[in-house]
Amino acid sequence: MPKVAMRVNGRAVSGEVEGRTLLVQFLREGLGMTGTHVGCDTSQCGACVVHVNGVPVKSCTAFALDLDGAEITTIEGMANADGSLGRVQQAFQDHHGLQCGFCTPGMVMSAAALLAENPTPSEAEIRTYLEGNICRCTGYHNIVKAVLAASGQDPATIAAE
Amino acid sequence: MPKDGIGAPMKRREDLRFLAGDGRYTDDINLHGQAYVWFLRSDVAHGRITRLDTAAAAAMPGVLRVITAEDFAHAGGMITAWQVTNRDGTPQAEPKHPILAEGKVRHIGEPIAGVVAETLEQARDAAEAIELEIEELPAVVDMAAALAPGAPKLHEDIDSNLCFDWGFVDDNKAKVDAAFESAHHVTTLELVNNRCVANAMEPRAAIGLYDRPMDHYTLYTTSQNPHVIRLVMGTFTLQIPEHKLRVVAPDVGGGFGSKIYNYNEECFVTHAAKLVGRPVKWTATRSEAFISDAQGRDHVTKIQLALDKDGMFLAFRTETMANLGAYLRLFATVTPTYLHGPAAGGPYRTPVAHVHVKGVFTNTVPVDAYRGAGRPEGSYQLERVVDKAAREMGIDQAEIRRRNFVKPEEFPYQTPMAVVYDSGNYHATLDKLLELSDYAGFAKRRAESEARGKLRGFGFSTWVEASGLAPSRLIGALGARAGLYESATVRVNPTGGISVLTGTHSHGQGHETVFAQIVADKLGIDAGLVDIVHGDSDKTPFGMGTYGSRSAAVGGSAIAKATDKIIAKAKKIAAHLLEASDADIEVADGKFTVAGTDKAVDWATICLTAYVPHNYPMETLEPGLEETAFYDPANFVYPAGAYGCEVEVDPDTGAVTVMRFVAADDFGVVLNPVVVAGQQHGGIAQGISQALLEHTVYDESGQLVSGSLMDYAILRAGDVPGFTVDHSCVTRCEHNPLGVKGCGEAGAIGAPPAVVNAVVDALQAGGYGIKDIDMPLTPSRVWAAMHEG
Repeated sequence: MPKVAMRVNGRAVSGEVEGRTLLVQFLREGLGMTGTHVGCDTSQCGACVVHVNGVPVKSCTAFALDLDGAEITTIEGMANADGSLGRVQQAFQDHHGLQCGFCTPGMVMSAAALLAENPTPSEAEIRTYLEGNICRCTGYHNIVKAVLAASGQDPATIAAE
Repeated sequence: MPKDGIGAPMKRREDLRFLAGDGRYTDDINLHGQAYVWFLRSDVAHGRITRLDTAAAAAMPGVLRVITAEDFAHAGGMITAWQVTNRDGTPQAEPKHPILAEGKVRHIGEPIAGVVAETLEQARDAAEAIELEIEELPAVVDMAAALAPGAPKLHEDIDSNLCFDWGFVDDNKAKVDAAFESAHHVTTLELVNNRCVANAMEPRAAIGLYDRPMDHYTLYTTSQNPHVIRLVMGTFTLQIPEHKLRVVAPDVGGGFGSKIYNYNEECFVTHAAKLVGRPVKWTATRSEAFISDAQGRDHVTKIQLALDKDGMFLAFRTETMANLGAYLRLFATVTPTYLHGPAAGGPYRTPVAHVHVKGVFTNTVPVDAYRGAGRPEGSYQLERVVDKAAREMGIDQAEIRRRNFVKPEEFPYQTPMAVVYDSGNYHATLDKLLELSDYAGFAKRRAESEARGKLRGFGFSTWVEASGLAPSRLIGALGARAGLYESATVRVNPTGGISVLTGTHSHGQGHETVFAQIVADKLGIDAGLVDIVHGDSDKTPFGMGTYGSRSAAVGGSAIAKATDKIIAKAKKIAAHLLEASDADIEVADGKFTVAGTDKAVDWATICLTAYVPHNYPMETLEPGLEETAFYDPANFVYPAGAYGCEVEVDPDTGAVTVMRFVAADDFGVVLNPVVVAGQQHGGIAQGISQALLEHTVYDESGQLVSGSLMDYAILRAGDVPGFTVDHSCVTRCEHNPLGVKGCGEAGAIGAPPAVVNAVVDALQAGGYGIKDIDMPLTPSRVWAAMHEG
C-alpha cells in the first residue's frame, strides 16, 4: 500500500493507506485520533471538519493520499499549550454550546476557521458560516453565542430580529 | 449553601472531554482482534426470499462467517414493552420481529444477512457476493390502504394489518357524543403529523464481545438505557441471563428516543461474537440509519372540538391512524396510545374527551418514540383545532385559551383522561409569553412586514405533557410489562469523594453536572467531590434509562432519596462522635452539628470514621457509607408551557421565515438554569424543524425517497433566529422530593403547532383563505395552499 506523511497538530505522522482511504479514516483508524467524528456519508453534517493547511475541510471528502505533506489541525490540537481549553473551546463551555458533544469537534473547527477569516462576525455571518455543520441538540442558539463570545463580542446581542 | 447546589448555573464538566476531542463514543472503541460486520439489507419493501446462497460470499477474502436467520434459530423475536388492549377487550397483535429476516422482508433496510470479516471493506465486498433472490410482493405504505379489505398483508399470523384498535377513555364515548349534540359550534380539522427520522448526530454502533471460558458476553452500544437492553435482549431475544451479559453505553451522541430500543444489530454482534470467537463491530452509516433507526410520529388524525356560545370547550374527540411501520419496537404501541391520550386534553378544562387510535402495520421502517413520543402528536392536533375554533368564532387566540385553562386554584385537577395534574399555573405562563413576546406590539410589526411585502403571523401553543415516566402501579394497570422506577447508589469513599451510580443515561442532558449538584446541595459540599457514573450495567444498579423527561424527575429523585439515606447514617455517626442524639444533628455546609451548639464534625471525619471504624458504634451501625435507593413516582409530572412563534411568509414564493420564537415554560424547580435553557432551545429547534423542513417520504412501492441528509432536511443555524426562553414560572411538582417536572421534550411538543398556527395566521391576515395545511410547511406547500383556495 502507498505511504502518506503529513503533520497533524504539529506532529509528523505517516502511515500506509489505500487509495480510497479518507482523511477521517486515516485520522481515526490510522492514527487513533478519534476526536474527529463521522456523522453522515454525504458530506452534509460537518462533524468531521478539520483544518488542512489552515482551511476548513470536511475530512470525509478528502483522500488521505492526496494530502501528503499537508499540515492538519484537528480538535485535539485546539487546546492551549498547558492543556487548558483554547479560546473557542472555552467559549463553547462557558455558553453551553454543546450537549451530546458529537457535532462539537466539527463545530469548533468551523467556528475557529470563521474567526480566522472574520475576527468579529455578526450573528447572521456566524449562522451562515455554520450552514455546513448540523447540530441536533442545541438549536444553534448557544453555539452562536459561544462564537460571538470567542470573538470578543457581547453574546447577549443574540436575539430575535 | 455550596456554590454549585440546586439552581446554580454550573458549567458542564463533561464538556471538558467533549471539547478536547476526548469523548469516548462506541465507534471510538476498538477491541483486540475485532472483526467487522456489514449487513445485507432488503432493497424492496415487501417480498418473499426465494433464494439466499451465502457460499460464494463465505469464500471471499477475509470473511470469517456469513450469518443468517438460521444462526438465530434459538433466539426469540425482539419484544414490545406494552400490552395495549383493544376496545373489544382482545390484545394487540404482536407479530414476531426477527433479528434477521425469516423467509420474508417487510421493509426497506430489513437486515437479511451479516457478513463478518477481518476488515469492513472485506465484509462489504463479500456482502455483494451473497446470492439473494426476492419475489417482490405488493407493498402497503398508506395506512388507509393497509386497512382496506383485501390489502396485502404483512404478517401471515395475524388477521389483518391492524395492530390495535384502542379508545381512551372508552367510557367517555357516549358522553362525548352527547356533548357534540348540544354544542353551539363544532370545529373539525383533519391533519397529518409527519414522519420524522430522529437523526441523532452519532450514528448507532455496537460491538459484541464473548468470553468463552466465562461464557460471558459484553455489548458496547449506543443506547439510552443499557440495563433495558440487557434485560430485553438477554432474557427475551438471545436468552442470555443477565449475569452473563454486560451492556455498556459509553458517551452517546444524542438519542431523542431512537436509541431506546433493542435493535437487530445489537443482537447480531452479541451472538456473532460467540459464533466467530472474535469481537464484532458495527457502525451505521447515515444512510443505514435512515432505513434502520426507528422513525417517529406519522399520525393521520381527524379532531373535532365542541364549544358553547362563549367559546368554552365542551368536548373533543379524535380519530387517529398511527403508522407503526412493519414491526413493533419497544415502545411502539404505548407511544400512540398511553403516551398520547392522557395529556391530549392539554391545559384545558374540557369536561369529556375521547381519543380513538388504530395502530397500523405498513411496509415502512418501524416507528417508535421520538422526542416527546405521542405528546407532540396530542398537542399538535389540539392546538391546531383550538386555533381554528378561535378563528371560526372570532375569539382572540390568547383569550380562548385563558378562558378554558384549568385555573390555578383547581389543582390537583382530575382530567377526563384518567390522570390528575398535580400542579400548574397556565395563566402565568401565558401572561409571561405575552410579556416576553411583546404581543401588544405585534400589530406594529405586522404592519412593518407588510410594508416590506411580507405576510406576518403570530401563532400560539399552550401545552401540557405527562412525563417523568412513570408510576409503575398505574402503568402496570394500563398494560406496561415493566416498572418505570429509577435507581441510584451513592457511594461515599473513605476520604470523602462520592461516586453516584445512576440507572439513567446521559447523552447530552448534562447528568454528570446536574446530578452532582443535587448531592452537593443536600450535603452542603463542593460539587467537585461528586462524580456521576452511568452507562454500564456492571457498575450501576438496575435502572430504566433516559427518555420521557424522566431523568431529573425520577432518576434525580432516586439520587435525592439515596443521599437522604446517606445523611441519616452520617447523622448517626456524627451523633456517636459528638455524644449526642442523631435526632439533634443538623447538616449544613458539609458540617454535622448538634443543634443549638457549636459542637460539630465535618464531612471528611464522618467518611473516614465510617471506613476506619476504630471509634464506631459497631453494635448499632455497620461500617461503610453507601446507600442505594429505588424511587417510583406517585404520578406523572406535568410540565407546561406557552409558546409564541412569529413568522414572515413571502407571498411570492411561499417561503416561511421564523422571526421570533418565545417559550415560557413551567418545569417546576430548575436544577441548573443553563442546562434547562439548552434543553428548551434544542426541543424548540426540533419542533421548528419538523414543522418547516423534515419529511420522511416513501413512494408507493415502499422505497424511502428521503434516505439521506441530502434528501431529508434538518434545521441548520441559518434557518432560525435566537430563541427567547423562560422558565421562571415555577409550580413545584407536588409528589417528588425535588419538585422537578422535566424539560427535555418540551420544545418538541410545544413548537410545531405554534409554527403552523403562525403561518395560518399570516396567510389569513393576508387574505388567503387557508384553513388546512400540513407539515412540513415547505415553500411549495405553502404556495400551493395559497393558490388552491
